[in-house]
Amino acid sequence: MSGDATMREFGATTPVPEFDDPAFTPLGKPLTDARVAIVTSAALHRQDGERFTPGDTSYRAIERQARDLVLGHWSPNFDRTGFQLDFNVVYPIDRLEELAEAGVIGSVASHHYSFAGNQPDTVSELRLDTGPACAADMLADGVDVAILTPV
Amino acid sequence: MSTLAHVFEAAGISTIVLASMKEVAQRIAPPRTLYCEFPLGRPLGKPGDADFQTDVLRRGLELLDAKEPVFVTHPDVIDSEETPMECSIPPRFDPNLPASVDEANGLRAAYDRAVAKRGTTSVGRCIDADAVPTALGVLQQWADGAPWKETPLPDRNVLGVCHDIRTYYEEAGLELVTGPQPGGRAAEAWYFETTEAGKTVMAARESLKAQEAPFPIWFYMAPAHRN
Repeated sequence: MSGDATMREFGATTPVPEFDDPAFTPLGKPLTDARVAIVTSAALHRQDGERFTPGDTSYRAIERQARDLVLGHWSPNFDRTGFQLDFNVVYPIDRLEELAEAGVIGSVASHHYSFAGNQPDTVSELRLDTGPACAADMLADGVDVAILTPV
Repeated sequence: MSTLAHVFEAAGISTIVLASMKEVAQRIAPPRTLYCEFPLGRPLGKPGDADFQTDVLRRGLELLDAKEPVFVTHPDVIDSEETPMECSIPPRFDPNLPASVDEANGLRAAYDRAVAKRGTTSVGRCIDADAVPTALGVLQQWADGAPWKETPLPDRNVLGVCHDIRTYYEEAGLELVTGPQPGGRAAEAWYFETTEAGKTVMAARESLKAQEAPFPIWFYMAPAHRN
């Protein structure tokens, strides 16, 4: 079986958290006025920034202008060369800038955010601690929409 | 990712998930999902193709018009490549060194070129480029049957060291590609199936398994499907 098929099959049977009565937040304004951030689970950090440890539940804020990005994810089970060829395939910051320039979205957030995808199965820290903290950071920056990209 | 979407929505932020694992996204059920069956590690699909990436984002942003939770599948499927990328490896230079150590030394110029071009390197989780040949020398000893606990790597985190060696090779290898731009996993296949380093890592992994090293120590030295 191919590498991706193996991982997708693994994912299909992995325990996942369940959410009772999940929230649904409509965008309360036109997209042309909305401020957009990217949140990725690729464990990106700046070259001289704090690295991710295995099982790290924290997150890094990445300045809008930053391009010296390192892929710090600990899993050996996905392709990394796409990121090396063009980081936008994981973190589409240049595409977002172009969409703002074209007037499709209102503005690009001043910071974007990175978590490590390989989390403990309960993801309790993400749900109760670092996830809400990241949301608060985004709200303080006036973010309306978050685009989430996995690896 | 899908879990975070629920957390952000509860805080009042509208979210769009570009999902790469269909069943996971279906079960966690974030409010707006664009499932993209692209190579894992390439959620926007195509490196270097701005039009394709923008189209993916536009399809995601369109989900904001939905009045209730929505799950949409991107019409394109992009498969990973399971065959090695076309990449020439420098010839043997010093026959007195283990083949993988000699090979890693030979790739240093290409690695340095890659770092100079990109301004960054993802090598450095546990060891830097200077330590890659030394680490391969230890792995070769493990492969030859040396007791792993008595023959330490430059860093005690085996997974991290193996990651750094592979990243060193992939960053160097992309400078030496002679064929088309490699698809997902083409570099992985090149590394594990054609390079001396990849073969050494796999042989060391077998040796650790035979030495009854703890499962997480040896298993994650290579992708899960390479058993």
